[in-house]
Amino acid sequence: MSAPTGTLDRRAAVKALLADRGDLLVISGLGSSSYDLFDAGEHPGNFYLWGAMGGAAMVGLGLALAQPKRPVLVITGDGEQLMGIGSLLTIATKQPGNLSIAVLDNGHFGETGMQLSHSGLGARLEVIASGAGIGNVSDIADMAGIERFRASLRDLGGGPRLARIRIAAGEVERALPPRDGTYLKNRFRSHLGFAVR
Amino acid sequence: MDQIAAHQDSATSRDWPVAIYRTLKSFGVAQVSYVPDAGHSKLIKLSHADADIKTTVLTTEEEGVALSAGAWLGGDRAVLLMQSSGVGNCVNMLSLMASCRFPLLTLVTMRGEWAEFNPWQIPMGRATPQAFEIMGATVLRLDDPDDAEEVISAAASLAYDGDQQVAVLISQRMIGRKKWTRETH
Repeated sequence: MSAPTGTLDRRAAVKALLADRGDLLVISGLGSSSYDLFDAGEHPGNFYLWGAMGGAAMVGLGLALAQPKRPVLVITGDGEQLMGIGSLLTIATKQPGNLSIAVLDNGHFGETGMQLSHSGLGARLEVIASGAGIGNVSDIADMAGIERFRASLRDLGGGPRLARIRIAAGEVERALPPRDGTYLKNRFRSHLGFAVR
Repeated sequence: MDQIAAHQDSATSRDWPVAIYRTLKSFGVAQVSYVPDAGHSKLIKLSHADADIKTTVLTTEEEGVALSAGAWLGGDRAVLLMQSSGVGNCVNMLSLMASCRFPLLTLVTMRGEWAEFNPWQIPMGRATPQAFEIMGATVLRLDDPDDAEEVISAAASLAYDGDQQVAVLISQRMIGRKKWTRETH
């Protein structure tokens, strides 16, 4: 088995996902996904994970359940989602219509030396998501697919959805978002109108 | 809500799950997540029956830690229910709560301490307080059913108002012996 042959530029793909983001709330998973989200544009509705490997989708679920009228997007990598693979089953039990997960899949653990991931060795995350009970899944390999996925994010009754996005495996320059978790938390909550005490 | 009324008249020390449920309601808890445990079964039932609480079953305990963080980001107070066997699964995810000073309230039914018949439950049960403490969480004990409201209320204040991670360990003695052990010996 060989790595998936993705060609999409991850930065361009994430930028396109966030174009005209409106009231979209975004959680990004540890590693390059957080850099991609930051590179696409700082926003108080962004919450960047700098740890919590495997937890991005569950942070997204807690947020989506708390804010059912806001679209919530989790942007993460194949390695991060693989570590929290059970969370796909948990999300499916709740069927949150406003939650979408974009897995940037390069088939590798990019942050740690580009070892092949389970995805690179043949696992199909969108198939696993479908088996878990997430009805709306897609396998995206081009910018037209990204645009279709972007347009679907605001349909609050259409989720949960998961898109496997085939990105190229090359190294990208790092773009580092703020690392202070308390700051990010308070900024996010005040964006939603909660008082910071 | 009918569930509370139904239980209110018959509240006794044996109804400590009801006392916990009422206390959580008084703190405005809007999300409950759990890995099933017999000791929590009544509270889980009450939670599922309450339309104002979003109740989520997990595949593993650390999912509930991350869920609690997301809930707080969105303005919800969350509670995580588990048994002591699952506490070790949470250790790394507790970094998320410490790094961001997210409130965490988790109620842990203990195994491996009072009349435990299964030796495999004992190591994690014995290590449970330390597993929380090494990650900076505060550990409270609930040993007497009559203290349920007071202890849970103190823990909830510390978590939601004090932005702390708080675990309440519920004594195995309150849950009782597993009856079938007698039949096998």
